[in-house]
Amino acid sequence: MSTEINAGSMADIAFLLLIFFLVTTTINPEKGIRTKLPPWSEEEVDPTQLNTRNVYSVLVNYQNELLVRGEPMRAADLRENAREFILNPQARPDLAESPTKAIISLKNDRGTEYGTYLMVYNELKGAYNEIWEEMSQRDYQSSYDDLPISSKKKIQDTVPMVISEAEPTDVTGQGN
Amino acid sequence: MSKFSKKRGNTSPGISTASLPDIVFMLLFFFMVVTVMKNADMMVEVSVPEASELKKIKDKSLATYYYIGKPLPQFQEQWGTKPRLQLDDKFAELEDIPMFVQRKKDSVIEEKKDQLVASLRIDGEVTMGFVTDVKTELRKAGQLKVNYAGRERAKDLE
Repeated sequence: MSTEINAGSMADIAFLLLIFFLVTTTINPEKGIRTKLPPWSEEEVDPTQLNTRNVYSVLVNYQNELLVRGEPMRAADLRENAREFILNPQARPDLAESPTKAIISLKNDRGTEYGTYLMVYNELKGAYNEIWEEMSQRDYQSSYDDLPISSKKKIQDTVPMVISEAEPTDVTGQGN
Repeated sequence: MSKFSKKRGNTSPGISTASLPDIVFMLLFFFMVVTVMKNADMMVEVSVPEASELKKIKDKSLATYYYIGKPLPQFQEQWGTKPRLQLDDKFAELEDIPMFVQRKKDSVIEEKKDQLVASLRIDGEVTMGFVTDVKTELRKAGQLKVNYAGRERAKDLE
């Protein structure tokens, strides 16, 4: 009489477990826009005290309309416009003195839709990402994502991303 | 003909299935390792907005999830149709956020406490008032790393 354990059913058991994990696995990767919130402080920083040429103010009202530096703008133009403001290639007197001094001030209403907010934020972040990518291609001949952290830091010191978010307005008084 | 016909006369040796368990186990371990169990039962409706500057969350074990959206139809009778916050498996109020952040911080080792990422899964139609309140609570609680969940944009903005 054989005393060995029959391993024939091993495959069945393993298959059963395999199918269980196959079903419960979520393959789609979690993706999102990464940011760092500023630490909490009671007093608001007021970017309007700064030199106005260095402030790129973006307002989004409760009807999800954009006002950029006092002019209405379509969201599709925002990225290109922000890039020009930050880099100021023609050294225009009304755009940022230098990329290190450029500040983007984003302000919305309590009634603004989150989808619009994220779209605007995405475009502003995209403007910086494009600038960094270009600098990386020019200086290191490689993609920004592949750079070592020290090089990334160097680029970020030359063109730092400053997006300051102000307390939202509350025009309708019920925007929750 | 003669070159190939030799083997034909022999009885088929059959494929050995002895290694089948090994193969299946290998697959099994792979899926066991990559599996992340569904973190919570959704009680709010969340359809995250589209965006293009998306990055993957590097370490999912360090992600904590905040769901904001309209309660699903079966909860609307009790919770209404206004956007609400869901933490873990429960509806939560803004005041619950500091406790939640603290609990998540306690659940990881000391060195990783600052690396916790708050993944905000917010419906695109929620208004910013509520979102800002949540963000303010997160700032007060010291949870500064934030990830706005989004999905890949299908076409460019017009």
